[in-house]
Amino acid sequence: MYVAVKGGEAAIDNAHRLLAEVRRGDPAVPELTVAQIREQMALLVDRVMAEGSLNDPDLAALALKQARGDVVEAVFLVRAFRTTLPRFGASVPLDTGRMTLSRRISATFKDLPGGQVLGPTFDYTHRLVDFALAAEGAPEPAAEAEPREDAAATPRVTDLLGRDGLIEPSPPDDGSPLGDITREPVDFPCDRATRLQALARGDEGFILALGYATQRGYGRTHPFVGEVRVGTVAVEFVPEELGFPVPLGAVQATECQMVNQFHGSRTVPPQFTRGYGLVFGQSERKAMAMALVDRALRAGELGEPLASPAQDQEFVLAHCDSLQATGFVEHLKLPHYVDFQAELELVRRMRAEFEDRREVAE
Amino acid sequence: MPDVSRGSGTEARRAVMALCAAATGAELAGALAGLGTPEAEDIRAPEVGLVMATGRIGGDGRPFNLGEVTVTRAAVRLADGRTGFAYHLGRDRRRARHAAILDALWQGEADRRGVEAALGAVARRAADEAAAQARRTAATRVDFLTLARGED
Repeated sequence: MYVAVKGGEAAIDNAHRLLAEVRRGDPAVPELTVAQIREQMALLVDRVMAEGSLNDPDLAALALKQARGDVVEAVFLVRAFRTTLPRFGASVPLDTGRMTLSRRISATFKDLPGGQVLGPTFDYTHRLVDFALAAEGAPEPAAEAEPREDAAATPRVTDLLGRDGLIEPSPPDDGSPLGDITREPVDFPCDRATRLQALARGDEGFILALGYATQRGYGRTHPFVGEVRVGTVAVEFVPEELGFPVPLGAVQATECQMVNQFHGSRTVPPQFTRGYGLVFGQSERKAMAMALVDRALRAGELGEPLASPAQDQEFVLAHCDSLQATGFVEHLKLPHYVDFQAELELVRRMRAEFEDRREVAE
Repeated sequence: MPDVSRGSGTEARRAVMALCAAATGAELAGALAGLGTPEAEDIRAPEVGLVMATGRIGGDGRPFNLGEVTVTRAAVRLADGRTGFAYHLGRDRRRARHAAILDALWQGEADRRGVEAALGAVARRAADEAAAQARRTAATRVDFLTLARGED
């Protein structure tokens, strides 16, 4: 148990001053600006937004600067900031089907209506360190091409399969109220919407490891990437005083439609099942891992044997949040002097009793 | 990017709001200066808050909470009583207030064309950027060929 302590104010102040100086690094090296972090460490900023569960690139970039690049610390700062703000309401659900695409790939169909576009990707690079980047210099301008006529309409791969009934439909919008894990504690078992909220803000490493585990046999789901799309999507909100959807601007997001092993029964013909991933920013790794874990967590609903951590919603949801995890692990370093004194007394007494018994036996 | 549709209904107003949301702070300040920087009082001082962005399971199913976005809102009243509102992603209070004034102006028949003209440069800049982005993306379109495995 943690017991409050007093004292150490001067040391704490000085430690924070020292932190500020160390954060700055060598003063002979130019200081980073928030805009530089936002523009040039964009995927790191995206991760902080996703796990901070707050889309605000400038804020996430500033948090990263303050946190010296520590992702979880930056997530902590972003989450703390959001608690200071009022909530105006919930958006109109994002229409990812109308995303302005910067990337779209499918591992299931090579000829997609609307086409596959690679966009800015690390895929197919040789992963050789490019020492030219150590020097300053403008990159070669990106190639351009006339968009083909069919590029305007890009239906989801799952919509194409759905037309023939080969894949299960998405769970319908029954208009029932949406739970919110930022407002009320999670009760288990919880519904898929609650799980997706937790996964969307969950730690990328944790979700990735669980998704990977399902591939290696711990809750296998036989996944195919139906589609990954990255792009910007309009956000709309209906303010009470206006009564119509107001366009707020656009956010970047990554969506993954995972197509999984089929399922059928005496009454339902066999059809593919689905896992879904959606995150702020550009993060295919997170969206794909999220879709794998979403599907694994549906094991109970689909009558599959429950034997693996990725299928256990309490295990996954209670441990996927990097801030909760770091809070409980790192609190161990706070003063536990009274607690430990009690343990010391107990061990000393037990040892004395042990010695007494041994002497009696001898 | 929606066109400024030269109407007076909700869709036309939404199109102007979308342009303001796509504009930079400097662009909105410039548009307002071009319209003589009309006086306006705050109905509600510009305020930063949150909107929970929701997605849909599978892209088209039941909604779920994706995460929050920062939003700045402003509400103003012009001297003649017209009111205007703005809700923008981000935390720029000044920009939201400028957009609210433009929304109020746009609701007067006499100012509507002027507001749309003042935002014309924003519309062109946004359209040019979107077209350039589409061209760069189109250059990465890929046609995968399936190769025979040669097993028989």
